[in-house]
Amino acid sequence: MWDDVVRLLTLQDANTRVVLIGAGLLGLAAGVVGSFAVLRRRALVGDAVAHAALPGIGLAFFVVGERDFGAFLLGALVMGAACAGLISLVRAYTRVKEDAAIAVAVGGFFGLGIVLSRLAQNSPEGNKAGLDGFIYGKAASMIASDARLIAWVAGGALLGVALLYKELKVLSFDRDFAQAQGWPTLALDLLVMGLICVVTVAGLPAVGIVLIVALLVIPPAAARFWTDRLGTMLVLAGAIGLGAGVLGTAVSATAPVPAGMLSRGWPTGPAIVLCAGAAFLASLLAAPRRGVVAGALRRVGLRRRIQLQNLLRAMHEAAEGSPGALFEPGVELMLERGWSPSRVRAVVRRARRAGLVEPPGADDPGRGPLRLTEAGARAAASVVRAHRQWELFLIEHADIAPDHVDRDADQIEHVLPPDLLRTLEERLAASGRATVPVSPHPLPKPAPGAGGTP
Amino acid sequence: MSATVAAAFLRPDDWWTIATAAVCSVACAIPGCFLVLRRQSLLGDAISHAILPGLAGAFLLTGSRDPWWMLLGAGAVGLATAALSGVLHRRGRVPPDAAMGVVFSVFFALGVVLISLAAARVDLDPGCVLYGTLEIVAFDTLSVAGVEVPRVLVTLSVVLLVNAALVAAFFKELKVASFDPALATAMGFSAGLIHYALMTATAATAVVSFEAVGSVLVVAMLVAPGATAHLLTDRLGRLVAIACLSAGLSAFVGYLVALGLNTSVAGSVATIAGGQFLLAVLLAPRHGVGARAVARRLLSLRIDREDVLGTLYRRHESGAASGAELAWAIPDPRRAARAVRALRRRGLLERADPLRLTPAGLDAARGVVRTHRLWETFLSRELGLPLDHLHEASHRAEHFISPEIQRRLSADSPDTDPHGKRIPPREG
Repeated sequence: MWDDVVRLLTLQDANTRVVLIGAGLLGLAAGVVGSFAVLRRRALVGDAVAHAALPGIGLAFFVVGERDFGAFLLGALVMGAACAGLISLVRAYTRVKEDAAIAVAVGGFFGLGIVLSRLAQNSPEGNKAGLDGFIYGKAASMIASDARLIAWVAGGALLGVALLYKELKVLSFDRDFAQAQGWPTLALDLLVMGLICVVTVAGLPAVGIVLIVALLVIPPAAARFWTDRLGTMLVLAGAIGLGAGVLGTAVSATAPVPAGMLSRGWPTGPAIVLCAGAAFLASLLAAPRRGVVAGALRRVGLRRRIQLQNLLRAMHEAAEGSPGALFEPGVELMLERGWSPSRVRAVVRRARRAGLVEPPGADDPGRGPLRLTEAGARAAASVVRAHRQWELFLIEHADIAPDHVDRDADQIEHVLPPDLLRTLEERLAASGRATVPVSPHPLPKPAPGAGGTP
Repeated sequence: MSATVAAAFLRPDDWWTIATAAVCSVACAIPGCFLVLRRQSLLGDAISHAILPGLAGAFLLTGSRDPWWMLLGAGAVGLATAALSGVLHRRGRVPPDAAMGVVFSVFFALGVVLISLAAARVDLDPGCVLYGTLEIVAFDTLSVAGVEVPRVLVTLSVVLLVNAALVAAFFKELKVASFDPALATAMGFSAGLIHYALMTATAATAVVSFEAVGSVLVVAMLVAPGATAHLLTDRLGRLVAIACLSAGLSAFVGYLVALGLNTSVAGSVATIAGGQFLLAVLLAPRHGVGARAVARRLLSLRIDREDVLGTLYRRHESGAASGAELAWAIPDPRRAARAVRALRRRGLLERADPLRLTPAGLDAARGVVRTHRLWETFLSRELGLPLDHLHEASHRAEHFISPEIQRRLSADSPDTDPHGKRIPPREG
């Protein structure tokens, strides 16, 4: 097997070389062109175009009367463009939404395609005009002329995108602005649709009607996780598409075949799609800002910070009520916030580790009473200050009754931006109250049995 | 081939096939209506693509071709597609259509791989999964009350009945949830629950149907009838009824076409369903492209006629006799001539040259000019538009002011418009 891999990567095998280059270029072009489809919320137009290619191929067969690859692609292109045009027409001029139009086009055109391909099989000269091959695709049987066609299409698509980069960028994010600038938005829209059609049709023989949409959608959707910039997204999407094409071809050509299965080897098109899917999954999980893991970590971090600040504020307010008293976190927080005992223990543990609270004794497990350390007292004071500043703001400017502000402030005190707090602070200082303001409403009574004098 | 002639040549097997195709189409059309209304049509697409890996997976896991395991596998993957694309959209902030595209294409690729793995051991023809086996349903029968009924027809009928019963039972809830999810939640029934119930119904219907019409064609039957009906009516009850009718019709016509051309029944049924949608797009009486073009055309003709009337009234007012203003009001001479012909047909213009209003024409023209000047008065008094901005605005609006608004405008209007011209009274 390793010999195979080495042969493959050094491009020694002529057949595999053609497939590898063709699939890679197809992935590259589809990734770049598909980015605009995904950004314009047209991701699945490519699916409809691909399904409309089947009747196009069937019609081309009836017109030409033999299996002529060029005519097939031309027929597919014409029908695909007609399908894209019909979808735009329905969206622009009727109440039917684009999703329904796409779904009807997928089903209707594919039905027509099946009717025509069955007719072609019935016709004497038809005898399996090879139409079925387009449905699932046969990347492994790609020949040099196919790869050359893909190379031309990819080159043309990339050149088009490079030349019209600025226009397409504005079109993708702010169509109205582009229109106001006097740009031909309709023509640009049609250009994007046309590029989608061309790339789709060029990829049909390799990846097949059902799966070509994957190459248009998955690489851009994966790239979107990593960046907010169009240029970076295009490069990434192209790279992911290229990588998926090359890797999928390589894997399907070299992976060992289970004994007694797969008489024709691993299917290449699905392998390419699965590679792209793996890239998508990796991006979904691992991307630094938009990724799911990063998001979950952020949420956990925020939740912990909020819990910690709630503990600190509760301790600060208890100390205001009865100075010098020890704080019973279990009783107080369980009663007031409905925390479970285990959550109270976890929050206290984290607070102790951060050096914000300490037990009065030397080595207490943390279930008993607590007091704030010096750093803890400072942190608690700033939390309480933020809370009360917001309460005062709500009372003064939003005209909310003093007994209603506690909850609102409780939710927002953790996320108030520093410059807003500074502004509030300056107002407070201007009115002569520079330290932690007194609570504008009565604080809850200390829970029975808690916070009493030791 | 006309339907009656064809009917005379149909054998009993043909009727069973037509019945199967029709029941399948109607069963798909019912949940499809709500997919269309809720803008979730593509979920039907995604679910029907996901059937392939479900089948292959179920076969590889259980090693049997028992249809129940296949149904279960396909249904599970179908639901997983819907749920996963929802999660990708909400958690991953992927646009909804891209999310569906990612999920169903990856699943489908997985399905092709699995099916190639399974192909060595069992004949699980990918073509069958795509095209369905409508042609041979009549050979696999079950005895129901002494009658040999195709097995698929029995299962499809059950699905149809369940779908119909569900829609009938929860019609009100579905209606509110489809048009106003927030109101549905406020009224105490969960829009999310309805969403998942609809997804389950769609997945179950798609899975049971794929055997007859094939997985990719399911999407045509799910969405096309609903989309067609959506163009033909504004009422939900009628929408469902029309969709069912359209689905049944496409099954019947599609079968005849397939019989005549000797081609795939499922493909031809889907083509007819798509064709019906195209016809509705072009010809629907209110929402079709054709009807709207006709309405626009009629409107532009009426505006031309009213402009001619207004011009002639102003000439009559000033006592002038030249015809140059007409060219100014309608620059295109052919349009002007057409408007003049139409007015003469209606007896509003005298048939002699130069152009002169008949008494009836004078009344109509007075109405046009009256509306124009009342609107100018309103724009000037209430909106404070300067004098030189009034005419253009009013010239456009005069054709759209209803009698009711005109009555209110004239409630306390002065005798002259802001330019000092007399506002003609209602009666000459």
